[in-house]
Amino acid sequence: MGRFVVRRVASTIGVLIAISIFTFLIFQAIPNGDPALRLAGRTATQTQIEAIRHTWGFDKPIYIQYLRTMEKIFDGSVVSYNQGFNVEEEIRRDLPVTASLALGAGFIWLALGIVFGALSAWRAGRWLDRGLTVLSMIGVSMPVFFLGAVLAYYVGDKWGVLPPGDYVKLTEDPWGWLEHLVMPWFALSVLFIGVYSRVLRSTILDNINDDYVRTARAKGLSERQVMIRHVLRNSLIPIISLWGLDFASVIGGGAILTESVFNLHGVGQYAAQSVQALDIPSVLVITMFGAFTVVLLSAIVDVVYAALDPRIRL
Amino acid sequence: MSDPERLLEVRDLRVCFQTEGGVVKAVGGVSFDVDRGEVVAIVGESGSGKSVTAMTLMGLTRSANASFQGSARFEGTELIAAREDQLRRIRGARIAMIFQDPMSSLNPVQRVGEQIVEQIRVHDHAISKRAAGERAITLMARVGIPQARERARSYPHEFSGGMRQRAMIAMALSCSPSLLIADEPTTALDVTIQAQIISELKQLCEETGAAVILVSHDLGVVADIADRVLVMYGGRIVEQATLDELFYDPQHPYTWGLLGSIARLDRDRTQRLPAIAGMPPSLVNPPEGCHFRPRCPHAFERCTQVPGLDSRLAQGSGHLDRCWLSPEQKRKLRSVEGVIGLASDETVIA
Amino acid sequence: MSTDPALAATGTEFSSDVARELQKEGGIGPYRLAARRLARNKVALAFGALFALIVVMCLLAPVYAHDIAHTGPNDEHITQVIKVAGKPTDVLSPVGIPIGPTWHGRFFLGADGSGRDVAVRLLYGGRNSLEIGIEATFITILLASILGIVGAYFRGPLDGLISRAFDLIWAYPVYLLGIALGVTLQLQGLDLGVFKIKGSSLVLTALIIGFVFIPYVGKPIRGQVLVLREREFIDAARQQGLGSLRIMFGEVLPNVASTIIVFIPLILANSILTEAGLSYLGAGVQDPNPSWGTMISDGIRLIPAAIHLVLVPGLMLVLAVLGINVFGDGVRDALDPRARIRIEH
Repeated sequence: MGRFVVRRVASTIGVLIAISIFTFLIFQAIPNGDPALRLAGRTATQTQIEAIRHTWGFDKPIYIQYLRTMEKIFDGSVVSYNQGFNVEEEIRRDLPVTASLALGAGFIWLALGIVFGALSAWRAGRWLDRGLTVLSMIGVSMPVFFLGAVLAYYVGDKWGVLPPGDYVKLTEDPWGWLEHLVMPWFALSVLFIGVYSRVLRSTILDNINDDYVRTARAKGLSERQVMIRHVLRNSLIPIISLWGLDFASVIGGGAILTESVFNLHGVGQYAAQSVQALDIPSVLVITMFGAFTVVLLSAIVDVVYAALDPRIRL
Repeated sequence: MSDPERLLEVRDLRVCFQTEGGVVKAVGGVSFDVDRGEVVAIVGESGSGKSVTAMTLMGLTRSANASFQGSARFEGTELIAAREDQLRRIRGARIAMIFQDPMSSLNPVQRVGEQIVEQIRVHDHAISKRAAGERAITLMARVGIPQARERARSYPHEFSGGMRQRAMIAMALSCSPSLLIADEPTTALDVTIQAQIISELKQLCEETGAAVILVSHDLGVVADIADRVLVMYGGRIVEQATLDELFYDPQHPYTWGLLGSIARLDRDRTQRLPAIAGMPPSLVNPPEGCHFRPRCPHAFERCTQVPGLDSRLAQGSGHLDRCWLSPEQKRKLRSVEGVIGLASDETVIA
Repeated sequence: MSTDPALAATGTEFSSDVARELQKEGGIGPYRLAARRLARNKVALAFGALFALIVVMCLLAPVYAHDIAHTGPNDEHITQVIKVAGKPTDVLSPVGIPIGPTWHGRFFLGADGSGRDVAVRLLYGGRNSLEIGIEATFITILLASILGIVGAYFRGPLDGLISRAFDLIWAYPVYLLGIALGVTLQLQGLDLGVFKIKGSSLVLTALIIGFVFIPYVGKPIRGQVLVLREREFIDAARQQGLGSLRIMFGEVLPNVASTIIVFIPLILANSILTEAGLSYLGAGVQDPNPSWGTMISDGIRLIPAAIHLVLVPGLMLVLAVLGINVFGDGVRDALDPRARIRIEH
């Protein structure tokens, strides 16, 4: 186990470096374009562009540019030129919003995904399975911003059941926090519930034919014990690791559509607004932040996975 | 049934599976008995219905597309028609089973010791977890797993094939069953381990007094341990005899073929091991009459009728077979073929 | 039971091995068998037909625009007054709220905030959405298959490079990478020397989406080929002296073909959804070009006033994607009843 962790950490560092280079290349070195011009945004003056060219080192060789960029990201001194804010301060301010969204939604989609998937597999081929299959199909076919907009309009504006958007701080108004997040949680969860229930269903149906399940029956376990202790328990292992990755991606700005449509000032919405303003420095930092989050959390997921499934510790 | 020594009585057991390709008649009317402490081997090639027969006794072939006929009485309980909860009390406790592939038959993400503990605690609600754990370690030591205390905390993939099968045996014997069904217990193992496992299995069963149904495609494995042998072909028993009778006076041409395909040290090395020509019969559209007819070099007109499983040797003998040939004809055909059990002329190639 | 080939072959288990056995014995081939299973799945066929219908409708967009609505997708009718139920009505009310569905001729599904015909834009937008989806799917499937097969077949440093590249792309949240590429490329377009793509081109969006999804297909294919290359028939082909290209495309490809086929509808559905998401974020299709995503996005801005601007393109999008997904699920069930092929999403 120890050696496994060490190896995983080493490969994670490698991927992080690769990501930083690749992200740098996307923003600073894509052919046909002056990176300074791109960073400066649409409203920049010539002197501003010159200043950017100098501070980011665009008049230097490309590896210096890369190092300069990384240095600026790590000492937290990236400033967006359109809005004039420090990008990393903005991200730090937005992170609790994104975390609130991710935690609630992650819990909902994991719980419902498992329940629906298990029910679906248990009743495979019957009407309950068919009904859940239809629902999950609709779920995975639904763009979250469309679902969010329609929910916000009907549940929020028209019927006034829940507030249609915005974020309220947990520390200021816990009830308001919950009330404002329920709809985004569900909107974001729908896709994942669909995916998870399908994955769990097919994993269970796969495992059900395995030899060790036959052994469990031969031991005299009841069908319920066989299903819960052996089939479900083993089938949940891939679901848990899938959850870790998706959760990481949501924390890292992957919930960009949900945050935008419900006007939650999280990392994702920050990215979306920066895109609309063509504010490249912030998109650069958020993209790198997002990928870093995914890589770091997925390394943790792998270690947890190895703890759950001893076979892959080799 | 009145016989107190009689442990299991199977009568005219039939198993069919509904599949996309049609109805598979996996077992077509099988009858046999097992006495207490007896070792009965069921031998046949894959598709002969031997595994399905064994698993049906445990109720492990039950599914929506399976249908069953006939009866199997075990210690006074009817197994085939039993309710699932009745069966559950028998499974693992009175009848235990070990399977072919010990790698996939153990739960890969559960410690080996825990899996044995689970088996013990399913049938003994009173026992504490700790006591069950101790018993699991004792059992593991007894089946020859060294350092059982440490190994109980290992996962199946950390065991060698032979050790895994020993763990399976420990698990199967944990509730002192009166019948142990071993479905190809050594097929997935190295040849060197096979004999070891088989002799340990025999010894353990003698100690505990458990009867064994040993399912195998390999007469060589069976020869070490079986008291009686059932030869199955195409879902039917084609010959039933004691081990000695089967080896020294085999009656069914299929058995001759089986005997011919055992590797023997006394045979000329330049000869290839003979195999039985042709393909196993389709279980969806089995051949009319004797199922072995299409592959049998000695088939004649009468073979289009199903021969009964009768004693054709001395009156009242327990040696039964399903072949229309008379014992004299069989003896002659066998001696023409030279070596006992050499199947058909095409298979002997220098 | 699993050791009995008679049961395995006739049961629900369906591996290429068993299929080959069946074929040898004069049975039916794996694809015929799959087609037969699919033909029995009426639900999947119905949803496949729904998608086909949407495609045909979108292809007929110019006919509808010319002969029924008498207006183009980008024609604005801000000051026009039309008759609804005999009464003259403004297309855009004085405060800028567009007219809802008239269920008749022009503005059958109402107008949008710029006085454009929603029905006409819906069909033209569908053309763009579908075009991007299909192009992106083509790019993903083609590159992922080649990279996955070549990498796993040759192993070594090339494979290391390819699978690291997969890991790299895979690490980015899909939409973040999408907008990152979208926003930088749109600013100045893509110039790869040989060919240039303008920033406003639909192909650029398709290229971005196609690129982002490569590892989701490439990884599983690579995994399958890693197993395949150790099999005897590949050895046999090598021993016969067949060239690597012949083996990869003559022996390996047919054995991963069913995986590739299963991924096509999955990637198509996800590409269309991603296009909509990127367009909503402003990093996809650019105004005035319509696409379902941009239309929803435009509608959301007018939301309390004119919900039909969100519902019309949104429902169309959901129906199209649902059609692909249910049909694709049927294809997967038919090819691989034990459902070994999956996509994370």
